[in-house]
Amino acid sequence: MTAGAGGGDTSDMDLTHSAEDEAFRRELKAWLRKHLPRRSRYVDGGDDFSYDDPRRVTAARAWQHTLYQAGYVAIGWPTEFGGRGASIVRQTILSEELIRNRAPSLIGGMGLQMVGPTLIRHGTPAQQQEHLPKILVADEIWCQGYSEPGSGSDLASLRTRAEIDGDFFIVNGQKVWTSAAQLADWMFCLVRTDPSAPKHKGISYILIDMKTPGITVRPLRQMTGEPGFSEVFFNDVRVPRTNLVGKLNEGWNVANSTLQFERNMLASTTRTQQRMNDLVALTQRRTKNGVKATRDPAVRQRMADVLIRTEAMKYHALKQLSDEIHGRPPGIGASINKLVTTELNHDICAVALEVLGSYGQLRRDAPHVEDKGSWPKDHMFTLGLVIGGGTSQIQKNIISERGLGLPKGS
Amino acid sequence: MDFGLTADQQMLADSAREFLAAESPATTVRRISEDAHAFSPELFRAMVEQGWTGLLVPEQHGGLGLGMLDAAVLLTELGRSLTPAPILSSAVLATGLLCSAGSAAQKKQWLPKLATGEVIATVAWLEEGDRLDPGGVLLKPRRARSGLRLSGSKLFVMDAEIAHLLLVAVRTGAGSGEAGVSLLLVPRDTPGIAVTPLPSIDVTRRVYEVKFDDVVLGPDALLGREGTAWKHLARLLDSACVAIAAESQGGSERALHMAVEYAKVREQFGRVIGSFQAIKHIAAECFSEIEPSRSLLWYAAWAQQGSPRDASRAAAMAKARLSDVYSRTTNRAVQIHGGIGFTWEHDIHFWFKRARCNEAAFGNPAWHRERVALLSGW
Repeated sequence: MTAGAGGGDTSDMDLTHSAEDEAFRRELKAWLRKHLPRRSRYVDGGDDFSYDDPRRVTAARAWQHTLYQAGYVAIGWPTEFGGRGASIVRQTILSEELIRNRAPSLIGGMGLQMVGPTLIRHGTPAQQQEHLPKILVADEIWCQGYSEPGSGSDLASLRTRAEIDGDFFIVNGQKVWTSAAQLADWMFCLVRTDPSAPKHKGISYILIDMKTPGITVRPLRQMTGEPGFSEVFFNDVRVPRTNLVGKLNEGWNVANSTLQFERNMLASTTRTQQRMNDLVALTQRRTKNGVKATRDPAVRQRMADVLIRTEAMKYHALKQLSDEIHGRPPGIGASINKLVTTELNHDICAVALEVLGSYGQLRRDAPHVEDKGSWPKDHMFTLGLVIGGGTSQIQKNIISERGLGLPKGS
Repeated sequence: MDFGLTADQQMLADSAREFLAAESPATTVRRISEDAHAFSPELFRAMVEQGWTGLLVPEQHGGLGLGMLDAAVLLTELGRSLTPAPILSSAVLATGLLCSAGSAAQKKQWLPKLATGEVIATVAWLEEGDRLDPGGVLLKPRRARSGLRLSGSKLFVMDAEIAHLLLVAVRTGAGSGEAGVSLLLVPRDTPGIAVTPLPSIDVTRRVYEVKFDDVVLGPDALLGREGTAWKHLARLLDSACVAIAAESQGGSERALHMAVEYAKVREQFGRVIGSFQAIKHIAAECFSEIEPSRSLLWYAAWAQQGSPRDASRAAAMAKARLSDVYSRTTNRAVQIHGGIGFTWEHDIHFWFKRARCNEAAFGNPAWHRERVALLSGW
C-alpha cells in the first residue's frame, strides 16, 4: 500500500473560520446593523455609485470616517500605518459583510486599495506620513493616472512626460478614462522620465496634487449615461521631486505591484454571489409568457449556468484564500479572477435582461421600471469592468504567458 | 479554514500521477485499447497493489475506508492518463453501491474480494429509454417458486465482459416510481446471461449490453431490502457525477497540456504557433475554465460526506460544468493540433472521445442544470 494508506487522517477539508474570526464577523454585523446609513438619494449601496452631487460626496466621506472610527478600514495595513495588521481571513470577512449588507462603497477605495499599499511598500517615510492618515479617512480622494489616448492596453507606451527642472518635475501630456478625477484631491500617475530608454524602463510613478496649476479635468459621460471618468490635461504642471515613489525610471515595477490589487478589486466573488441572488429574486417575482419566469425552461438553463459558474468562483476564492493562509504558492490567480468574474457578472446581467423582456430597456426614471433600472445599467457597467484594469484580451495574454508558458507575440 | 487537499490526498494524487505516467503512457493506453476487453490484468494487479480497489472499502472489510474526495483525486489522475481499468466501474461505483445498499452479510461476502481485486463488479442500470429517473427502471423479474426469474436487457454497462458480479437495477413492485425499485446481485457467469459489446467511439472504455434470458436467481440475490433501492441509486448518481467530473478535470488538464506543448514547438509563418494570440487566447480561455472547475469538483466531492444536504446539488453542478469544460477543452486541443490532431495516429482524439462520452454519462449538462434549478428551489 502506498497512497493514503494512513486512512485515519482526519485533517479534512474545513470550510469554516475559527471561533475568533466568526466572533469578529458577529461584532461587525452587529455594528453594521446599528451604523449602516439609511439609503437615500445621496447614499447608495453598490459598486458603481456616481458621485455627481456634492452632497453624495459629503455623505460618502462621512461613511468612510465612521467606518474608520470603528476600526473597519484598511484592517490589513500594518498597525504603524493605521491598520490593524489583520489576517487575510478577517479582511475577507470584512469585505464579505460590507457587500452582503449593501454598505455604501468606500469613496476612498482607490487610495485604500491601490496607492496606500504602494506607499507602504515603496513610499518614503515623509510620503507615508503625509498621505496614509488622510487616505484612511477619505480626507484625500485619489485617482489613477495610467491610461492615455494613445496608451490603453499598451500602457507602457505612455507619453505624458515629466522633465526635471531643479527640485521639480514639469509634467505635460494627457490622461484619459480617469475614474473619479473630478473629485480627486490627488492622482498617482505614471509619467515618462526617460524618453530614450526602452518603454518599460523610462517610466516613473509620481504623486500629483490635483489643485496644482496647469491641470484641467474634463468629465466624460459614460455609456451608462452617468459621469464617472474624465480626461485630465497637464500643461507645465510643477510637481515636487519629493513626490516620486520608488526610484526614478522604475515606476513600471512600482505600478505592477498594485495592478494585482486592482484586478482582485474588480473581481469580488461576494459581489458576484450577491448579483446572482438578486437575479434569482428578480426571476421569482417576474412572469414570462404568462407563467412564473422561474418556470421557463430556457431561463432555468441560463440561470443554472451562471449559478454554477458563480459557485465555481466562490469555491475557487476559498481555495485561493486557503492557499494564502497556508503559504501555498498563488499562481496566476488574479488574472483568471479578473477575466472570469467580470465576464460572469456581465452574463448574469444579460440573463436578467432576458427575464425582463421589454422591461429590460427601462431606465431608472421610467414608469414600470424594475429594480430601479439597475439591470440594464449594470449590464453596461460590468462591460466597463471587462475592459478596465486590463481588458479580457490582455488578461488572456498574461494567463497564456505566465500561466501556460507560451511565448510573447512579436 | 482549509479548502484543499490533505497531505494524504496530495500524496495519493502525486503517487497516482507518477505511477500512471510510468505504467500507462499513451502508448500503453493505445495498446490496452486494442485488447478485446480493453483490459490489462497485469496493470490491474499493480493498481490493486497501489490500494486503489480498496479505496472506498471500509477498513473492517480490508480496505482504506476513504471517501469521495479521495476517489475524485484518484479519478482525476486516471482521467488524465485515460488508462483503461475497472476502477470507476468496480472500485468506485459498484463498491460504493454495495457499501450503501448491501446487507451486513453481503458486505462481508463481497467487499473484501472487491478490495483485493479478486472480484470485479459493475452496475447495470440503464435500459433502452436511457433514463436516470425511477421511471427508467423497467426490467421486471418474475417470481418463481425458488426465487426470481429475469428476462430482458440492460444497456451501457461498463466493463461487463470482465466483471464477475453485476449489480442490476430492477423493478419488483408496481408502478414506475421510486417505490418498487430493487437491486439484484447477479454473478456474471449465471446461466442465461449474454454480454454483447456496444462498440463506442471511446475505445478506452468498454460498454456492453447485458441480456438476461430466463436467468434463475435465488432469494439471496436481492441487494439490501426489496423495493428500497432508489435512494441508493440516487446516491450512486451523485457519486457517479463526482467521479465523471473528476475524470473530466484530469482529462481537460491533460488535453490542454498536450495542446500547449505542441503550440510551443509547431512553427508556421516562421514562428511557433503558441506565439499567436489566436492560439494563446483559446488556451487561456480553457485554462481559465479548468482552474476554477477544480475547486468546484473538490467541493462537490467533499460535500458527499462533508455536507450531505448539499451533496446532490453540488454533484450536479460539478457534472454539468466539467462536462462542458472537458468537451470544449478537447475540441480546442484538437484544433490547436490542426491536421495531425485529426489523425488516428496522434493521441489527442482519445481525450476528445472520452469527453463526449463523459458528457453523456450519468446525465448531460442540460439535464443537470435543470436538476440544479430544482434543487435550488426555483
